[in-house]
Amino acid sequence: MANRIKMEVLKIATAGSVDDGKSTLIGRILYDTKSLTSDKLEAIERTSKQKGYDYLDFSLATDGLVAEREQGITIDVAHIYFSTAKKSYIIADTPGHVEYTRNMVTGASTSQAAIILIDARKGVIEQTNRHFFINNLLRIKEVVVAINKMDLVDFSEERYNEIKADFEKLMEKRDYADQKITFVPVSALKGDNVVNKSENTPWYKGETLLEHLEALDLAAVSNVGTPRFPVQYVIRPKTEEHHDFRGFAGKVYGGELSVGDEVVALPSQTRSKIKDIYVYDKKYKTASRRSSVTITLEDEINLSRGDMLVKANDLPTIEKQFTATISWMDSKPLAAGNKYVVQHGVNKVLAKVDQVHHKIAPDYSGVDAEAQSLGMNDIAEVSFRLNKPIFYDKFKNHRTNGSFILIDTQSNNTVGAGFIS
Amino acid sequence: MEVKELEVPVEIGENTAHINALENEAIYILREVAAQFEKPVLLFSGGKDSITLVRLAQKAFWPAKIPFPLMHIDTGHNFPETIEFRDRLVKELGLELIVRNVQDSIDQGKVKEESGRYSSRNSLQTTTLLDAIEEFKFDACIGGARRDEEKARAKERIFSVRDDFGQWDERNQRPELFDMLNGQIELGQNVRVFPISNWTELDVWSYIKDEGIEIPSIYFAHKRKTFLRDGMIWSAEDGIVFRDEDEVVEERMVRFRTVGDMSCTAAVLSDAISIDKVVAEIRDSSISERGARIDDKRSEAAMEKRKQQGYF
Repeated sequence: MANRIKMEVLKIATAGSVDDGKSTLIGRILYDTKSLTSDKLEAIERTSKQKGYDYLDFSLATDGLVAEREQGITIDVAHIYFSTAKKSYIIADTPGHVEYTRNMVTGASTSQAAIILIDARKGVIEQTNRHFFINNLLRIKEVVVAINKMDLVDFSEERYNEIKADFEKLMEKRDYADQKITFVPVSALKGDNVVNKSENTPWYKGETLLEHLEALDLAAVSNVGTPRFPVQYVIRPKTEEHHDFRGFAGKVYGGELSVGDEVVALPSQTRSKIKDIYVYDKKYKTASRRSSVTITLEDEINLSRGDMLVKANDLPTIEKQFTATISWMDSKPLAAGNKYVVQHGVNKVLAKVDQVHHKIAPDYSGVDAEAQSLGMNDIAEVSFRLNKPIFYDKFKNHRTNGSFILIDTQSNNTVGAGFIS
Repeated sequence: MEVKELEVPVEIGENTAHINALENEAIYILREVAAQFEKPVLLFSGGKDSITLVRLAQKAFWPAKIPFPLMHIDTGHNFPETIEFRDRLVKELGLELIVRNVQDSIDQGKVKEESGRYSSRNSLQTTTLLDAIEEFKFDACIGGARRDEEKARAKERIFSVRDDFGQWDERNQRPELFDMLNGQIELGQNVRVFPISNWTELDVWSYIKDEGIEIPSIYFAHKRKTFLRDGMIWSAEDGIVFRDEDEVVEERMVRFRTVGDMSCTAAVLSDAISIDKVVAEIRDSSISERGARIDDKRSEAAMEKRKQQGYF
């Protein structure tokens, strides 16, 4: 195998209210890291001029849909790619309007880090609470609070400290203490402290936004749990050469699995040992987190899609019911008695809503214990009964094996995300 | 195929190369397709992205064969090198290939050939594709589109549901959470699947280099009779691209960065005659890949409009 340059990939979710300058910030990062190609840059220059701006409107680099350009807002999650010598970055540009909470949860669900934007003139507002709440709910380990538009408050240290103090009060309400929070004063429009250090903030001794991201240790920002191997697909070639080959294809979650490990197959609870780990025609000793591999076992065990291999001394919960925090994403309400498909990794089971316990205000303003149903963008504690057991961990212990999506049995749409409590 | 045993204990997955992470993700997606759909197909254009998909599919299902056929929607305006390459690859890997021709759709009067200097068969492909999906009852079409190519594509899901008319409802897409892919659809709907959504052009080239994947010769610098229009270099060979008499033909050292329909794919000046040089060129390039695609320049929202109508 050829030597590949070792590079890391960091997924970042962004959150900010309308006009906080989120798209501008991303455009600025792209511009200052020289990630914008000349034809894209020309298009931005041309359109900025047409609109009569005396600056470059970087938001044009990311707002991809016609409606978004017309209204000057971001509607849907867009993915933006850039890389430096150190890391590859994927930014999920998520909209900041109240009605688009579902997009924020979606963008954050695959991210290890988040940037929350605050307009220095407005400070911490209700929306900021929501953005922080969602990053908490999804247990994003690294949060950068970018206090933007510092140029419009004369780069005032006092104003920066005021906002920081307000945000720190908000931090007292979170239930996820491992989260690391960093503040940076920036001007996305003018480029201060985004990629390059600003001369306008001599009082700020910290890193620029990009410097901070560059310095993050990817292993440290990941939420490590115990190994879980859901069987995705069974490979049985039945060719002469590989007549008895029975490989279990899937992705390793949480921890690592090695040849010789004693494993238990769920739900049958049959024991065996890992014989080989393949990627294509190569054998490996160890498969670490997020690797897509094919595993063969010492014994002939019948496993099919949705079954799971785990280490013998480390079983997940095996239950036909659970309670979870639900982020609801559909216009049709969720209520007790409704049936949905729970997709837990690659496993699908039928589920019935047992009880809506209470709705949680996503701005830390409390709970509504009287709530009977959930509307679009609501977040609540809900318990479910399943038609067969699933093998799960609590979300706080296992980000992948503790999460699921809800699918509407009629529309087939993904209507909610769940985090097992 | 011989099984190679590695002597050194090797770890795979996290903390290995960045491209490894992308490869792992793509393999996961391809396996989801095979598991969740009854009749998937891999849309194969002969371009580097679909060639990469074929390699990823080989890896995803080894030692079994790729469990779905390839389908090429042939505009009839392909580079001959691409077609030769396609047929050889399919033969070598023992894959099933379905070809459907835009010319047939034209002959049947379903679409009308464009005329004039910017005429292209690119957008005509949609009708042929939708007809083929119906003919074979495909429920999932795997494609090599990437989010970094174009800003409307940046909003595309990995599993993207299309209605009976192949239309993309961009404002009402299913949320895609964690790495869980919801492939549940109604009869008549189908899903477009993009396993290399998160790859950039450079990632694809680096992968081709690392894996030693063979690609059509037009991706490498070669001498070609060309002419200039709108600051772009067009092939004057094969008589496919419309050329005014006053547009002067000149031999230039060029290569193609994409191998779409000849009538809408411009060449770039290049002396990258090897894969190493191509990777180096892409790394330093200041023009985006689709900058040489005239079909995107028709308007600011060209891609979004075509996608709404069922284009890939």
